[in-house]
Amino acid sequence: MKPGALSASTRGAISGETDIVIIGGGVMGLSIAYQLARRGQKNVVVLERGTLADGASGRNGGGVRMQWSSESNVRLMQRSIELCSGLAQELGFNIWFRQGGYLFLGKSKAERRVMEKNVELQNRCGVPTRMLAPSEARDLVPQLSLQGVLCAAYNPKDGVLFPWPFLWGYATQALRRGVEIHLSTPVTAIEHGSRGYLVSTPRGAIRAQRVINAAGAWSPSIARMVGVEVPNRPHRHEILSTEPLKPFLGPMVSLISSGLYFSQSMRGEIVTGISYPDDDDGGVHLGSRLGFLGHLSREIIAVMPQLADVKVLRQWAGPYDVSPDGHPIVGEAGPPGFYLACGFVGYGFMMAPVMGELYADLLTGKARHEVFDRCRLGRFADGALALEEMIIG
Amino acid sequence: MSRRVIVCRCEDVTLDEIQSGIELGYNTIDELKRLTGFGTGPCQGKECQSHVAHLVEAAGGDLSTLRPFTARPPFHPTPLRFFAGVPKLAPDPGDDE
Repeated sequence: MKPGALSASTRGAISGETDIVIIGGGVMGLSIAYQLARRGQKNVVVLERGTLADGASGRNGGGVRMQWSSESNVRLMQRSIELCSGLAQELGFNIWFRQGGYLFLGKSKAERRVMEKNVELQNRCGVPTRMLAPSEARDLVPQLSLQGVLCAAYNPKDGVLFPWPFLWGYATQALRRGVEIHLSTPVTAIEHGSRGYLVSTPRGAIRAQRVINAAGAWSPSIARMVGVEVPNRPHRHEILSTEPLKPFLGPMVSLISSGLYFSQSMRGEIVTGISYPDDDDGGVHLGSRLGFLGHLSREIIAVMPQLADVKVLRQWAGPYDVSPDGHPIVGEAGPPGFYLACGFVGYGFMMAPVMGELYADLLTGKARHEVFDRCRLGRFADGALALEEMIIG
Repeated sequence: MSRRVIVCRCEDVTLDEIQSGIELGYNTIDELKRLTGFGTGPCQGKECQSHVAHLVEAAGGDLSTLRPFTARPPFHPTPLRFFAGVPKLAPDPGDDE
């Protein structure tokens, strides 16, 4: 890389007019910016309140999977994973992508019914997921203790990646194609008038024709600036990683009942999290809790007894951006030219590659994917979607 | 130059990687951590964070405004077995009331 050639700006006044302002320099905003620039769209500005990889994009477990309960999510993720395989080369950053599969474990008949239904749907979409007996699951992961486990579902094409390089890759390639990225630049107000939008920050204001709210857990307060109420709310999701181990664990393993998941990254660490309650009071909370650490340790040792002596290196939290039905909230909402790209719960990272493409096609007038109709904000008022059942964590 | 100077020994992050990041404008400790992965290994930055701070300063950064990255628990690498044995402060999800 040529030093100084491609910098995101962090200080100095900003002003002027542009076409598209993207609020949020997470993976969603950067993927959209990159895909817009690839399609030749000029005048794209990304405003990020902190640094790149500051929010959920820099804090997630890096899982990417096609195992979902709604056809749309299955198909979108097929495309995202297809994109992931070529992204390291395309972006010039090693994203440590490894397709070791996802192995879901079910403990009750009710879970088995849901898993069987989902596997059928996934097969119909061309995803090679299959139901496994507990003994077959143990063939994949010999260290598993399968007490109480009735069944498993396994898709060898799911995988894991290391989230951070994604952000730098998208940012670098977006900058190279003329996108402006301003860091340490929180949006403080948005006015809408006859000349479009005036987006204010402590560094100055920018006029824009279109604004995209890709602020993740912070998106409700951004939407409120233009009088749009969104029903998504932040939820603290905790996670930890262990000391690096020799590669031994093929798939990401997840228990439907507890929401426990664990995988081995290309860096060798075991990255693991679990569902754990929080106050969900509307604020973004990122503190780490001992209660989570104890709960997770007990649950993971029950399933993988040999991990008991593996050392925890680091524990942290990231903000899920939870929508009421588990589906994202996208498309135009409120004043004309104001777009939402939020409510991705815990799977925004894996959705970002495909959503970048779809949003760029929408904004450049190339194509309009049905997700922008089905997952529009208005669905909450006029008949919501079926719940996405495969939300983990 | 074939000579590689390692700044972060846990994650094999080189002097060149840190300096390239700073030259790109990523001149806070947090950004450099997320750009290079430095400080995320077993020492959790205890060995390398001050070196990186020095490199930022040497490149013209202001040490008085430079903040360390968030220290992540646990303080020292600790086996899962230990945490599993910590008395519960509250019932775990799934525990009977």
